[in-house]
Amino acid sequence: MNVEPSVRVEDKLYYNRYLVDVGHPHVTVREHTTPSPQLLALLKVCPARCYELNDNGQVEITVDGCIECGTCRVIAEPTGDIKWSHPRGGYGVLFKFG
Amino acid sequence: MIEERFDAIVVGAGMAGNAAALTMAKRGLKVLQLERGEYPGSKNVQGAIFYADMMEKLIPEFREEAPLERHLVEQRFWMMDDRSHVGMHYRSDDFNEERPNRYTIIRAQFDKWFSSKVREAGATVLCETTVTELVRDDHERIVGVRTDRRDGEIHADVVVLAEGVNGLLGTRAGLRSRPTPDKVALAVKEMHFLPRETIEARFNLKGDEGVVIEAAGTISRGMTGMGFIYANKECISLGIGCLVADFQRTGQTPYGMLDHFKQHPSVAPLIAGSEVKEYAAHLIPEGGYKAIPQLYGEGWVVVGDAAQLNNAIHREGSNLAMTSGRIAAEAIAQVKSRREPMSTKNLSLYKKMLDESFVIKDLKKYKDMPTLMHTHSQNFFLTYPQLISKALQNFVRVDGTPKVEKEKATLKSFVKARSWTGLFGDACRFARAWR
Ligand SMILES: Cc1cc2nc3c(=O)[nH]c(=O)nc-3n(C[C@H](O)[C@H](O)[C@H](O)COP(=O)(O)OP(=O)(O)OC[C@H]3O[C@@H](n4cnc5c(N)ncnc54)[C@H](O)[C@@H]3O)c2cc1C
Ligand code: SF4
Repeated sequence: MNVEPSVRVEDKLYYNRYLVDVGHPHVTVREHTTPSPQLLALLKVCPARCYELNDNGQVEITVDGCIECGTCRVIAEPTGDIKWSHPRGGYGVLFKFG
Repeated sequence: MIEERFDAIVVGAGMAGNAAALTMAKRGLKVLQLERGEYPGSKNVQGAIFYADMMEKLIPEFREEAPLERHLVEQRFWMMDDRSHVGMHYRSDDFNEERPNRYTIIRAQFDKWFSSKVREAGATVLCETTVTELVRDDHERIVGVRTDRRDGEIHADVVVLAEGVNGLLGTRAGLRSRPTPDKVALAVKEMHFLPRETIEARFNLKGDEGVVIEAAGTISRGMTGMGFIYANKECISLGIGCLVADFQRTGQTPYGMLDHFKQHPSVAPLIAGSEVKEYAAHLIPEGGYKAIPQLYGEGWVVVGDAAQLNNAIHREGSNLAMTSGRIAAEAIAQVKSRREPMSTKNLSLYKKMLDESFVIKDLKKYKDMPTLMHTHSQNFFLTYPQLISKALQNFVRVDGTPKVEKEKATLKSFVKARSWTGLFGDACRFARAWR
């Protein structure tokens, strides 16, 4: 039951249009040595899989594919693990259908 | 700072913001509307079932020009387990009426059109502008907004917060708390394109007739969640959502659940051969009546999803957004016409009018439902769907077992799974929350 069908999120994001604000990430992760349970949850719950573990076991974010749902903010902003804002006006995901 | 002063600033050009801006502009107020997307709709996600009645109150002739997809003649509810679904379908030719009651729409396209009407009514609409902060005066009154444009401070008598479910500005200004994981659902959605004739054949439709399917059961893997499949003209919207708290607890991935749903034997044939053109995600307010924050204050009101006005049981949100936006705008116009200040006391008129509308009355009716669904999600979304599927299979399969024994076996499986007190308790709890 828990076996995931092999889903490649990158393929899904490829359908979308983005205007990436290079050098201005709208979500950032606080520096840490060991990730909190909240940060670890983001590895799975982010629908665009923006969060990844690096080689040192820390959680990193790449916002380019972010679909701006706000889920990570709900989970990990209260603990101070992340800082979350909207992208600057006009940047980010551009839904054609929505 | 932009020197020009406005009667009202509306943050957001979704359903709530557009309804508010349109209504105020029509009453002659000087309105500025700010939207962070490239165009209105470029950030917005909906299923999307659209309710005509609430739109008629804003733009009576909308059917002639709005980008509508299909008018709904059929609604299907599916209770699913892993290999089957139990369905209830309601279809009526009565829905092929001159002024249909419900349509499917595509939000990005619809919002763009809606916004053109707001401009026509005389409001100034500025896109590609993110509001970063609310501005207060020495008396803690909200007097305007700050944006990410240069010289981005703008002043107005009242700010209408129509910023959607995340409510970032409201939280930053301390007007409301941040949504919590147990009060919002995360939904993921794809747009599947197919030739028009294929969609009509698969869903048994002719012309612009439409059908929507709401699905619950083991597809959400014991979490509080729902799936949907909506027929548009040349595409199918398909998605699934669950409470964020449940995702967090179970470690399930939203895209994994979406693909699981797509592969279900009842779903796969409907989308076979389609071309996917978009993948989107969005939060939905699920806390119901008890999650509604303070709705007004010194120089501000909050409307739509930003006020958590969403009826999760009936899957209604856009209509509550439109209605709350319109009502807030009417209240503001009344205060303005009396030449009185946009104070907490005067703006309480908005809350008073909203309390009398279907928006608050419906949310009040289901006030206990969100908690019930959440605390008993295993039973309602996993155990019962499996039991009911088994019961029906037992009923229809002809295998020489005497009917009396079949019925006994069905009853036994229910009692075994939930016990008599459990079954009785679930029934009572459900009835009480529905009442
Ligand atoms: C998958 C899904 C399916 C749904 N299905 C249905 C359905 O079938 N029927 C239904 O009635 N409802 C449905 N809903 C709910 C419905 O979409 C919402 O209730 C509705 O969109 C709320 O409208 P709104 O105007 O309050 O918010 P939104 O439509 O979210 O609009 C908010 C706007 O504010 C802008 N904004 C936000 N912050 C800022 C800022 N700081 N500066 C500038 N602009 C900003 C955003 O870009 C956006 O345009 C669904 C929701 C989802 C996610
Ligand atoms: S906002 Fe949504 S898509 Fe973007 S990083 Fe957070 S969880 Fe992922």
